[in-house]
Amino acid sequence: MTRSDPVDRRGFLLAIAGIAGAAAAGALGAQTPGALPGSGPAGSLGDPTAAGRPQAPTTARDDDAEIQAIEKRLRCTCGCTLDVYTCRTTDFSCTYSPQLHREVLELRDSGMTGQQIVDAFVKRYGEQALMAPEPHGFNLAGYLVPGTLVTLAGGAMLWILGRRSRHAVPAAAVAASDVRPVEATPEELARLRRALADSDA
Amino acid sequence: MTLLGQFALWAAFLLGLWCAVAGFSGRWRGRPDLTQSVTRAVYGICVALLVAAACLWKALLTHDFSVEYVWAYTSRNLPTYYVISAFWAGQKGSLLFWALVLSIFASAAQALSSRRHAALLPYVAAVTSSVVAFFVSVMLFAANPFERLAFTPLDGRGLNPQLQNVGMTIHPPMLYLGYISITIPFAFAIAALLSRRLDTGWIHAIRKWTIVSWMFLSVGITLGMWWAYVELGWGGYWAWDPVENASLLPWLTMTAFLHSVMIQEKRGMLKRWNLGLIVGTFMLSIFGTFITRSGVIASVHSFTQSNVGYFFLGFLILAGAFGFTLLQTRWHLLEPEAHLESMVSREAAFLFNNLLFVGIAFSVLWGTLFPILSELVRGTKITVGPPFFNRVNVPLGLMLLALTGVGPLIAWRRASASNLRRQFTLPLGTGAVVAAALLAAGMRDAYAVIAFALAGFVAGTVAQEFFRGVRARRRIHGEPLPRAFIRLVGRNRRRYGGYIVHVGILIYCVGFAGMAFKREREATLKPGESVELRSPYGHTYRFTHVGISQYQALNRIVSAATVQVERDGKPEGVMTSEKRQHFTVENGEKVPSFEPSTEVAIRSGLREDLYIVFAGPVNGTEEAVYRFTINPLVWWIWYGGLVLVFGGIITMWPGGGHPVPVTRQAPAAYGAALVGAGEPS
Repeated sequence: MTRSDPVDRRGFLLAIAGIAGAAAAGALGAQTPGALPGSGPAGSLGDPTAAGRPQAPTTARDDDAEIQAIEKRLRCTCGCTLDVYTCRTTDFSCTYSPQLHREVLELRDSGMTGQQIVDAFVKRYGEQALMAPEPHGFNLAGYLVPGTLVTLAGGAMLWILGRRSRHAVPAAAVAASDVRPVEATPEELARLRRALADSDA
Repeated sequence: MTLLGQFALWAAFLLGLWCAVAGFSGRWRGRPDLTQSVTRAVYGICVALLVAAACLWKALLTHDFSVEYVWAYTSRNLPTYYVISAFWAGQKGSLLFWALVLSIFASAAQALSSRRHAALLPYVAAVTSSVVAFFVSVMLFAANPFERLAFTPLDGRGLNPQLQNVGMTIHPPMLYLGYISITIPFAFAIAALLSRRLDTGWIHAIRKWTIVSWMFLSVGITLGMWWAYVELGWGGYWAWDPVENASLLPWLTMTAFLHSVMIQEKRGMLKRWNLGLIVGTFMLSIFGTFITRSGVIASVHSFTQSNVGYFFLGFLILAGAFGFTLLQTRWHLLEPEAHLESMVSREAAFLFNNLLFVGIAFSVLWGTLFPILSELVRGTKITVGPPFFNRVNVPLGLMLLALTGVGPLIAWRRASASNLRRQFTLPLGTGAVVAAALLAAGMRDAYAVIAFALAGFVAGTVAQEFFRGVRARRRIHGEPLPRAFIRLVGRNRRRYGGYIVHVGILIYCVGFAGMAFKREREATLKPGESVELRSPYGHTYRFTHVGISQYQALNRIVSAATVQVERDGKPEGVMTSEKRQHFTVENGEKVPSFEPSTEVAIRSGLREDLYIVFAGPVNGTEEAVYRFTINPLVWWIWYGGLVLVFGGIITMWPGGGHPVPVTRQAPAAYGAALVGAGEPS
């Protein structure tokens, strides 16, 4: 067995510097832009189960305004009372709304218009699939009764109060007969108005 | 302790029954000994319920999991403040909380009411005690918070993560305080009807109670919206859910009452209407409780379904029948002292304001119950969601906003053409300028333009009222501006406090209208990837996904997704949205206790909120799915709430005097002449 040559101080320091340099280069290399946007695999999470239900990557169609508008008319069937779009973008543990979203996309791909997709959902899931009932038949009552009642009540109030106010003798006018007329100059009246404004303030 | 709590509940129940019987019969038969005992019994109920509450809190804080309620809503690793708030987190505890607060309010009504109203107090005690006894009976016979389990578990199930939010420690108590305090005005109204003392005495007795109640409801509703916004992660704050609607209903009718009662005080009109509104408001508060606790209508906010709903339905029918029958028997005693003299008067404006408040309340109630009605009539289940409510209520709400500006501008009794010209020019001009500016800036959403223009009109009205008042004080007393302003408000707190409340409401409306310009998009990003979103103000936000870190904090594992934000290329810092997996520890193992919850990242500003939700990871990696939302003007809603509360406090601050009936302000002839000349009210 031969003894290896001892490492001199200079060699030792160079070796350390070399290792440190290599480590730094490696570390910097991991942070270079080339490793960032989508060019390398994203790191794994320590406990993926704690980060919520795994998500499928979104596509451009998930942001399609037309699809969103359709989904906002449809109710999620999970019992959350939200529409499909709001549920799938809020309750990330819901399994129903992503499925309903896929159904909407499939129907759209088959060439259906928004209204046809809504009609297809009603046919499949019943009228409860809509966030608001279609305004026809008995549902019209839902839309029209409040406004009609307020309008009728307002009209009745106008008519009754109009009649009463036409026939009402102003209390002040009655009282005026008991009060001796007061002669007042415009200046006095202006002063009185100011005083009343002040007491009012 | 649970035995003591149980005993205290029985004591409160029996005292409540005694109080109800002795209160009604003692006053009826003129037995002062009975009426005195009733007052003492009211305090006794309060003490008994304080003991019961202390027992439940002790069980919660000592983790006595042999009590079913403690086991169901807490766990050993739950932070102490949530253990305390777990008192009202569940059905049973919230019933005890309700009964406790009502008994405190009932005692306060006995202790603080003026001696002028002494004749009403035995009846008030009887009514409040009846309501307390009802709530305690629900606990004793259907939902006992002291119910014990057959064995003692080592740990509890924990509190729902969505309730582990500071908003949920304050929002439910505030809403309960609002609901509960309505009982006091109702009790005074019933007392006035029973005793036939139907002058304005009972109205003076309840003035502060109604404002307190209205303020608690307002704060409770606003905090509920805030909680939904920051905690639920859907980017909105109001979903027209049945439980949300149930809280809005008594607020609407109470607001109507706060306006119409002014007509009764000033002109002696609307006596029947006001009593009807108070009875109706109380019924709506019980209706809200019924909706929340019965499960009769699907809602995300409901408590666990149980049979307590039948108790509330029975009580609702009984209270309504009693209140309205009593009102009908006293109908002839409630003749108005004056009649409307002109359609162009403040009285008429208030009448239409009341019509709209009650109309909106009806439409909300109608929409809430329409699914049941549809099922009854057609046998078909339907959903009545936000599109319905928005379509029906937004036009009514805009009309109401217009009347908010109109009412203060019209004189009492009769307004002349010159009065109208003088009063309306500036506010209408302000509204028109706002509308023109928005249209010129390219805003095309009709409802939003109308809402902003009306907000400008209301702001013009309030500014004009303050300006004229301050100017009058400066002219006559030579006061400097700040002193003139403070004295103006201080000497007529109700009027100017009311205007400040109007400012709060218009700020809310601006916030609501802002949601018409919401922007949102979803994106899946790997670390370093970016996405852009354009704000309605024209800025471009760039969101760069930094990464996801995981760590343990107290009773949960947190997965924090961080995003770097730039606006028009300038760095705006980072925002972090979280997924939280709560757990309990069983045999040394962490066991997930609920589905993972989401913590939204929100950066709030005067003009817009950035709202980022981390939906979840892709394939267990740092690749993340996000929803980015820009919500314009949401900040205004929360601060509108603060302004509203500030105005409410001013209106009920002691002093300032009672309003003077308009007929007593000046000799009649002068009054007529000045009204004709267009003096402000």
